[in-house]
Amino acid sequence: MTRPKSSTSPSRLCLLTVNKHHNEAGLVDAALIAICPGYISRSVAGSYDNEAVAIFALLLTFYLFVKAVNTGSLSWALGSAFGYFYMVSSWGGYVFIINLVFYFLDWMKYQLNDIKLFQTFLRINVTSAILVGGIALGVGTTSGYISPWTRRFYSLLDPLMQRITFPLLPLFLSISLRHDATIFIVMYGLTSLYFAGVMIRLILVATPAICLISAIAVSATVKHLTSLLRAEQKVPQTGSSKGPGSSKASSKVTLDPSQPFQRNGAIALLVGVFYLLTARGAHGNRIIFDDYCEAYYWLRQNTPTDAKVMSWWDYGYQITAMGNITVIVDNNTWNNTHIATVGRAMSSYEDEAYDIMRSLDVNYVLVVFGGVTGYSSDDINKFLWMVRIGGGVDPVIKEPDYLVNGELRVDKGASPKMLNCLMYKLCYYRFGELVTEYGSQPGTYDRARWVEIEKKYIKLKHLEEAYTTSNWIVRIYRVKPPTNRL
Amino acid sequence: MKKNSSVVVDLLLLLLAITVLATPAFSDLVLSKVERRIDVTSQIARVTKTLKVVNSGSESVSEFTLTFPKFLGNNLAYLSVSHSEGKGKAKRSLANLSVKEAHPKGMPDSISFYSVSLPKPLSKGDTLTLEVVAAFTNVLQPFPEKITQRDIHLVMLQESAQYLSPYVVESQSLSIKLPNARIESYSKLENTKVQGSEIKYGPYKNLAQYSYAPIVVHFESKAAFAVAEKLVREIEVSHWGNVQVTEHYNLVHRGAQLKGEFSRLEYQDRPNPQGVSAFRHLLARLPPRAHSIYYRDDIGNISTSQMQSDSKKTELLIEPRFPLFGGWKTFFTIGYGLPLSDFLFASEGKRFLDISFGSPMIDLVTEKLIVQVVLPEGSKDISVTTPFAVKQSHEIKYSHLDIAGRPVVVLEKNNVVPDHNQKIQVYYKFSNINLLSEPLMLITGFFVLFITCIIYTRADFSISKSSAAYLAKLQWDEVLATLQEVQNIIQKCLAAHDKLEASLRDLSRTGDIQTCKAARKSTDSLLKDLSKELRPLLASLQSFPSASQISPKVEELVAKERELQEKLMAKHTTVVEGYEKKSSGRDIENRIASQQQKIIALRQEVDDLLEFIDEI
Repeated sequence: MTRPKSSTSPSRLCLLTVNKHHNEAGLVDAALIAICPGYISRSVAGSYDNEAVAIFALLLTFYLFVKAVNTGSLSWALGSAFGYFYMVSSWGGYVFIINLVFYFLDWMKYQLNDIKLFQTFLRINVTSAILVGGIALGVGTTSGYISPWTRRFYSLLDPLMQRITFPLLPLFLSISLRHDATIFIVMYGLTSLYFAGVMIRLILVATPAICLISAIAVSATVKHLTSLLRAEQKVPQTGSSKGPGSSKASSKVTLDPSQPFQRNGAIALLVGVFYLLTARGAHGNRIIFDDYCEAYYWLRQNTPTDAKVMSWWDYGYQITAMGNITVIVDNNTWNNTHIATVGRAMSSYEDEAYDIMRSLDVNYVLVVFGGVTGYSSDDINKFLWMVRIGGGVDPVIKEPDYLVNGELRVDKGASPKMLNCLMYKLCYYRFGELVTEYGSQPGTYDRARWVEIEKKYIKLKHLEEAYTTSNWIVRIYRVKPPTNRL
Repeated sequence: MKKNSSVVVDLLLLLLAITVLATPAFSDLVLSKVERRIDVTSQIARVTKTLKVVNSGSESVSEFTLTFPKFLGNNLAYLSVSHSEGKGKAKRSLANLSVKEAHPKGMPDSISFYSVSLPKPLSKGDTLTLEVVAAFTNVLQPFPEKITQRDIHLVMLQESAQYLSPYVVESQSLSIKLPNARIESYSKLENTKVQGSEIKYGPYKNLAQYSYAPIVVHFESKAAFAVAEKLVREIEVSHWGNVQVTEHYNLVHRGAQLKGEFSRLEYQDRPNPQGVSAFRHLLARLPPRAHSIYYRDDIGNISTSQMQSDSKKTELLIEPRFPLFGGWKTFFTIGYGLPLSDFLFASEGKRFLDISFGSPMIDLVTEKLIVQVVLPEGSKDISVTTPFAVKQSHEIKYSHLDIAGRPVVVLEKNNVVPDHNQKIQVYYKFSNINLLSEPLMLITGFFVLFITCIIYTRADFSISKSSAAYLAKLQWDEVLATLQEVQNIIQKCLAAHDKLEASLRDLSRTGDIQTCKAARKSTDSLLKDLSKELRPLLASLQSFPSASQISPKVEELVAKERELQEKLMAKHTTVVEGYEKKSSGRDIENRIASQQQKIIALRQEVDDLLEFIDEI
């Protein structure tokens, strides 16, 4: 059901671009989005879910909206409203906010129809929005109204987490603001980029915008280059068309000296683009870390059909789709308590975690560990979020217990709670015996964090290693059945 | 060792059952010499026997009976009997004999019987040498049945040290070839010798019918106990030059099951890796010139495979995503293309596909093998010859652009071992004209599509020729056409402007005032003509109500263009006058500088307006 929808969004996007710009840009755009990793990552590996539908709805809404603005027709506007309704009902609230901003600004821009007035309006609006938002946030937090949103939501408003996205901004601004639709694109691009920078998952929303903008840029560049080539071809024609009578004149036709250079440059650029594309694909010996597939396929083949896996929610969709196995929480878990329970289990001592896992009827626990390969987005680096979200629902878990001077450490300076929690045990189980750096002490050196781990010999009581992938990235543990009480 | 002793009890019971027998029916023949060799280096127990048969009776005999204990007979995967005539070294003329399972009356259930029909009746006193090859699966039983990762893999073989036969055996010997010298235990009878990794029993002389001496050998095996629970091989023949083979493997490790933890640390430990009972790769020997090989599973491509090929074979070393321990399963698909000319031949007006039956994997046991030979659409008179019995059925498969579907021959066989990897022949009739049907279908399809499009765009399908919408559409079309004409004319005007500018440039170079004036005159008249042409167009545009939004823009465009014309003319006049007065170049330039700016601005406006109209 969702698959065709997600696959139609490129065509939708193509339409959107065509609507705003030229056919060429639309084509390039469709091609870009079809191969864009940011988008593919959401439409493969089991993510034919709300997000994929939502992106389709988002683009549909934008398309209809632009159409409505261009034609001024009420039916398009109504369609746009319905598209928006669909979008809201299919996916969560983050994009909701972005949408509102878009709509409002764009609409006002149209109403005022005067750049200066619009700019002052924009300034007033943005400052007041920030003010009101700040006040609401402050009041809400102190009075405890906003707590259900937890840190998962707050992180969205944290500009400090902005990544390296700013260098990209001039690209957007360099687009001449000639059409209203272009303003719309730029706004869409900027805001979505901001949110993507804050929370990497929202790159999904930024993807269509980036594709759109790059498509316009690419098609414009190619158009200019090809027009240069064409101009070059025309010059000799006009020279000879002067006829045989004016041989004197035609012999005196001197080419603009910059033209051959431009032409060669255009050819080099056009060819070079494709050359680079092919050169990039020609790697020598590739080493592929296929550990995720390895682990998921092991789960698929060698676990009972009714088994349940507990892992951090990031891997939920992948495990469900590729491992064909039930997970406790996945990427779409709206119930925050669920995620918090898993976070709590991961940050508790093994005995306590065992009780939680028994109550959740968990058979396997999956953790991602990058200490052997230096893969840095592993569960230890995500661990603070588990503690925070776990502690957000159940105050038994306290963040400071895991931190030393505000830092999460696994080496000598680590806190005792950290060294004994389930996540630490599962990640570093038997890691201490592994020889990672040749010539050094066996094991103990964590390549993802570049420290020597503190606790080298770990004993598990209620769990046993069921499978670990060849580069140790994914580790799966079996939850033992309870022993008989005597 | 409870299990072990119960097996021995079983064997003793069998022995008792046998000794009770008194069957004269088979007693005419005597086996003067029996040599048996059992090879258990892989997971398959492969038994080769050389039997020297002498007819000691008075009547000639045309049938020979082979017997196995039932627990072996049930696991018999492959049996072939060949005979060699003559004596001495020249006995190389092996010929396969037909073998049937027999159920003679009055015989105990604990023995399986197979009857071999001899090539010609064996008359009194004649001798005959039979070569028997038998392969058994599941007879190497893992013991203990569950081991940890650190344990070695031990298996057990039960056999009889004496050859179980309905005939009197004069002299016989048995040798068992083990994978290595690590022997946990073996039954010690008289005349038992161990030589390295080989155990020898015998020779034993003058044994009665149905002699039986149970033995058990318990030894280490490092062989891969890879069993395909189900293997589907799809062989699709395309007369465009390709045979596509796709194989779906449901693989399981049938050795001792892993209990407890799997430790990656110990598995990767150097130099003493633990977990020798697991296997990490499989080797497939594909036919030479195999191409487009892929290796994938439910979740995508598997990157761990290597291929080596030369003119005689293609070797594919595939590594499952994870090492397989006892009891672990995996599923994967391999596929490859083969050149048609190597496998398809013609004989007597028919074509036949000559292709091997079993899996290309080495030492793989297949519990259920399904071979589907997909023939091209339109194949007729299909028949199959196989060197052994298989279950046959027919299906139809629908693929791209099929109408009647492709006939599929489905061959099924249980318990398949590498010995079954023999060629099968699928005969069928196929006319080459059928090859063209699909391209022709495509061509026709596209032709019809284009024709429909042509008709649709040319014909007027509106029902009501007087409805407002229809009229509006007609009018809009006219508006667009008019706009197009206006644009053309404006473009021509702009070209004329360019010409005017060019004449000025020529003037600066040559100083030929007359030519320049002539150029101006011709441009002037041309522009006048053009503006004459423009007038009716503008009038008609104004008359259209639907163009009410556009026509002001168009009028603006025309006005701007006119202004541009005038400015250009003025500039032209200024320059020409300057030349006539022999003013200096700088002077002229100063005089036209302001005009030039206006011209550029106007030109920009005209271009913008043109673009705007273009976008309508």
